[in-house]
Amino acid sequence: MNGFLESLSYGQWILHALVLMPVIGIPLVLLVPERMSKHVALGITLLTFVVSAGLWWHFDPGAGMQYRSEVAWLPRWGISYAVGLDGISLFMVLLTTLLGPLSVLGSYRYITERERGYYALMLALLAGLIGCFLALDLFVFYVFFEIMLIPMYFIIGIWGGANRLYAAIKFFVYTFFGSLLMLVAIIALVWKVALATGELSFSYDHVLRNAAAAGDLAPWLFAAFALAFAIKVPVFPFHTWLPDAHVEAPTAGSVILASVMLKIGTYGFMRFAVPFFPDVAMGDPVRTIIVVLAVIGILYGALVAMVQPDFKKLVAYSSVSHLGFVMLGIWGGTLASVQGALMMMIAHGLSTGALFFLIGMMYERRHTRELAEYGGLARVMPIFALVLTLVAFASIGLPGLNGFIAEFLVLLGSFGRYPVAVVMATLVVIVAAAYLLSALQKIVYNPLDRPENQGLTDLSLREVLVLLPLVAGIVWMGLAPGPVLRRMEPAARAFVEASARTEAPAGRAVLGQGEVAR
Amino acid sequence: MPTATLAQEAVVMPTGAISLLWLTVLLPFAGFLFNGILSLRRSTSKAAVSVVGPAVLIAAFAVAVAAFFQLQGLHPEAPIVLRYWTWMPVGDFQIEMALQYDQLSAIMLLVVTGVGSLIHLFSIGYMKADEGYARFFAYLNLFVAFMLVLVLGASYPVLFIGWEGVGLCSYLLIGFWFTVKPNADAGFKAFLANRIGDFGFLVAMFTLYHVAGALDFVTVNQWLLANPQLVDTGIVTTIALFFFLGCTGKSAQIPLYTWLPDAMAGPTPVSALIHAATMVTAGVYLVARSNVLFAMSEAASIVVAGVGALTALFAATIGLRQYDIKKVLAYSTVSQLGYMFIAVGTGAYVAGIFHLVTHAFFKALLFLGSGSVIHVMHEALHATHSHADAQDMRNMGGLRRWMPTTFWLMLLATLAIAGIPPFSGFFSKDEILAFAFARGEASPVFYVFYGMGLLAALLTAIYMARLMAMTFFGENRTGAAEQQHLHEAPAIMTWPLIVLGVLSVIGGAINLPHFVGGNEWLHHWLEPVTGAGHALPWVAGLHLPEGATEYALIGIAVLVGVFGLWFGMRSTLARAIPTPDAAPPERGFARVLANKYWVDEIYDRFIVRPVVGLSRGFLWKFMDKGLIDGAAVNGPAWISRHVLGKAGSLLQNGQVGLYLIFFMLGALWILRVALG
Repeated sequence: MNGFLESLSYGQWILHALVLMPVIGIPLVLLVPERMSKHVALGITLLTFVVSAGLWWHFDPGAGMQYRSEVAWLPRWGISYAVGLDGISLFMVLLTTLLGPLSVLGSYRYITERERGYYALMLALLAGLIGCFLALDLFVFYVFFEIMLIPMYFIIGIWGGANRLYAAIKFFVYTFFGSLLMLVAIIALVWKVALATGELSFSYDHVLRNAAAAGDLAPWLFAAFALAFAIKVPVFPFHTWLPDAHVEAPTAGSVILASVMLKIGTYGFMRFAVPFFPDVAMGDPVRTIIVVLAVIGILYGALVAMVQPDFKKLVAYSSVSHLGFVMLGIWGGTLASVQGALMMMIAHGLSTGALFFLIGMMYERRHTRELAEYGGLARVMPIFALVLTLVAFASIGLPGLNGFIAEFLVLLGSFGRYPVAVVMATLVVIVAAAYLLSALQKIVYNPLDRPENQGLTDLSLREVLVLLPLVAGIVWMGLAPGPVLRRMEPAARAFVEASARTEAPAGRAVLGQGEVAR
Repeated sequence: MPTATLAQEAVVMPTGAISLLWLTVLLPFAGFLFNGILSLRRSTSKAAVSVVGPAVLIAAFAVAVAAFFQLQGLHPEAPIVLRYWTWMPVGDFQIEMALQYDQLSAIMLLVVTGVGSLIHLFSIGYMKADEGYARFFAYLNLFVAFMLVLVLGASYPVLFIGWEGVGLCSYLLIGFWFTVKPNADAGFKAFLANRIGDFGFLVAMFTLYHVAGALDFVTVNQWLLANPQLVDTGIVTTIALFFFLGCTGKSAQIPLYTWLPDAMAGPTPVSALIHAATMVTAGVYLVARSNVLFAMSEAASIVVAGVGALTALFAATIGLRQYDIKKVLAYSTVSQLGYMFIAVGTGAYVAGIFHLVTHAFFKALLFLGSGSVIHVMHEALHATHSHADAQDMRNMGGLRRWMPTTFWLMLLATLAIAGIPPFSGFFSKDEILAFAFARGEASPVFYVFYGMGLLAALLTAIYMARLMAMTFFGENRTGAAEQQHLHEAPAIMTWPLIVLGVLSVIGGAINLPHFVGGNEWLHHWLEPVTGAGHALPWVAGLHLPEGATEYALIGIAVLVGVFGLWFGMRSTLARAIPTPDAAPPERGFARVLANKYWVDEIYDRFIVRPVVGLSRGFLWKFMDKGLIDGAAVNGPAWISRHVLGKAGSLLQNGQVGLYLIFFMLGALWILRVALG
């Protein structure tokens, strides 16, 4: 496989192609006849996925940042289009490219009006997300961060449910507020670095190397970054936009939002906020606050999920719980906890993506998401019941499926540093079973007593095709996550080292060098 | 690498049957896939299911037998570890997907596949009219695959795959007839109670890894033995107790036992296989497997024995006043599991496993026998369109006339469970009580546990005699029309019972004590596994009493069993038994027992409802919607809208347009800078 990829000089163009392909697709989708647009979108996203799949073989599992490429953009401001890929972003990119075609295929019946616009926005969204994960220039990251915001706003606002405008605006204001803060922080940080080094550059490497120049501003800059990302994750108590956005968003919007977009937040912590300001991030007040909020999020999200009458809201709150594990793992500070956090980002992407697809399939049939409206579906939809059961148990963290690997590694790895927090967080295994199994029972088990449910048809081939890759991923990564874990290890190790708190504050380290020189 | 003298891993590469052990897991799993796919189709070939379902089990049993004889030839002092792939490779933390074969897993493997095969065969008859026939065998096969991962896993995390996997299958099988809500509820309750235990299991693993740096049995045992200063320290006790919390969930002990009686909502073969013979004994297996850990903490062991004794007695009292034949057996199972925990808490790990094996025989027989009775009752009631309860013993009576084979076989099992010599249960139960008594010399609290165990033995004999009397003796109460339809169960159902009957009688032979001329085979066989635990200071002094004490203990135990049977029989048949609709309300303590001490109601009132109420009323409605969303998020928006007036309306409807304008301006600026 690698020989073949080399012969195409795959490594030279792959990262650019991943962003450009969906972008080129946008005019294509807009130009073809309305009813053809979904097929074109499917073709483009499928092609993007196939091309990206080569990374699985071509990516060097032993190395860190790879496929670096830089194109000068605004040299006067020190801005260039710089991209690169490491074990952290690799799987986020693959998750995005995998969910692309599935989201398009999953929208075939759901989206019936203004299809061209919808699929064009979907492609823009994918391009923005992929760009975010690849960017190695702070300005480029910011631009992509904003780019993905706008299509999602329209997808919720135009194709959403009854209360879509409220949800879309809430989503927008929240995220936009965060991104503005982040922009200010980026400019301030770059400015401080420029003052210290005499070189104005938005380059990630340059800023990372000299981030200590932030000096007294570091806590404030970290706070700005952290707030932007915390809203995105979302960390308790910044989460209330999420249930509203999910409930109103069309199926594919929810899938992309939960499976990929939330991970921009945790990715941002791992790529920027923590490595730039390790002393602040891992220092005492911040560390305590984040871990406490993570544990609150884990338990709070689960407990609130337990009492939701609407299945989509239930899954939305369960995301708050799962993403709390990612935060805990990032701050756990060991290889196991960080790899667990990364696994959780993938596992949650697969299982929650599948759950939202399944909810969409229920909704297309019955036009309701109220759990009380269902019951006994296993009798008329056995394949649906089977998949929902499997995905629910993956989300609960049944060992042998991927959610367990993630939870287990996060908790095991964080136990040394935060035993009390880990024991508290472990309690969620009980609540998670309570909310997902009671939902499962209300949908597929219990008497099939509603006449409107008795004539429902089981999943179609198209629907099975949407779910199959996700289910395969859930099982495979639960039984043999080794290939995934090994590929992310160097990047995770680098993160652990970068975030390991240096004993002396950064400012003094610079002074120390000066003393040696003298 | 630390070098230790004990429990080192065998270096020999396994050959022959032992190297094929993966088949025992994979065969039932393949059966699950096959039957599962068939179950999704509209019309299913029952013949294919009837062949494949049991055949994979019998094949697995054959491998287990061959491996057993090979192990007997080798008789290694150390476990044989079979590695397949690295499950979780994370830096220094490497969890292998590995199976461990030693004397203990060999016994468990034989019990699970052997009893499992018989129950699969029985199910062909029992489930033949069910529309979910293929689905039933798919779940049952999957259960066995997970159960074998549980008993063969070489580390706590791999064992945990099986541990939770059997929980999943138990959930699916309890709720097998899921269109009846109470059945689905019972499955939910079972999984939730197990999850409370799993919380303990997980915390135990995290703590253990934190101090030991490993989670596979071989390394953990080496580490424990290399650090004798850990004996009776808080850390070892903590780990052991968290593991034991897991056991109380899986093995239905106080305080988490309440799910098991409800689990009888599943088909009766499920009750026999999962909720009597195999899955519920997993907790006992876990303690025996971790015998070094538990033997290093006297405090934790006393808790184990104490909870076991309390459960044995408490569940037995409830069993006295149940009318559903399966409910009696369910409380009996809870009670018998309590005995096994008395044993492993006393440090008599072999005795615990011994009772686990004999109990698997006679309890599987009792459940399958009750299954035959229910099957026949159900057919008779069905034939006359009666709505009477086929499981209520007050509707039975005198059934030995119609079902002699079932009757005689269940009688053997009753004698075994009541501890009547020379039936299997006599030897295993007697050994447990004798060890508890012997332990009393060193720590007197065990005299109390012995007393509780003895009292529970009396109650066991009483409720079993009551069950037999109400079902098989006296006048028949099924109804005149229904009587015409009563008959013996078909051969496919009675033959597995006969095999279990033989095993219930002679099962004690695997560990015959010296006083009857035996050589305690099981004790010697398990020595390589339990020897390290038995050698630890707190357990080392434990010996069976000899001479007069020994005979006195045996005499008392037998006397209690015989008296219990006589008393139970006599008191039940002394008066006419009213049918359920004619029964007077229970009074006094009988009412407390009939209502199972209201434990379910107490849990519901004081745990479930407060948690759900808090989540709904406080966390969701007040915190989320009121405080965060209402005050913090929408509040400022409201203020801006109403106070800022005109500016507010701009926010309300022109927000995106405004933003887009800003965005465009920014883009233009970038462009200008770039060009300039």
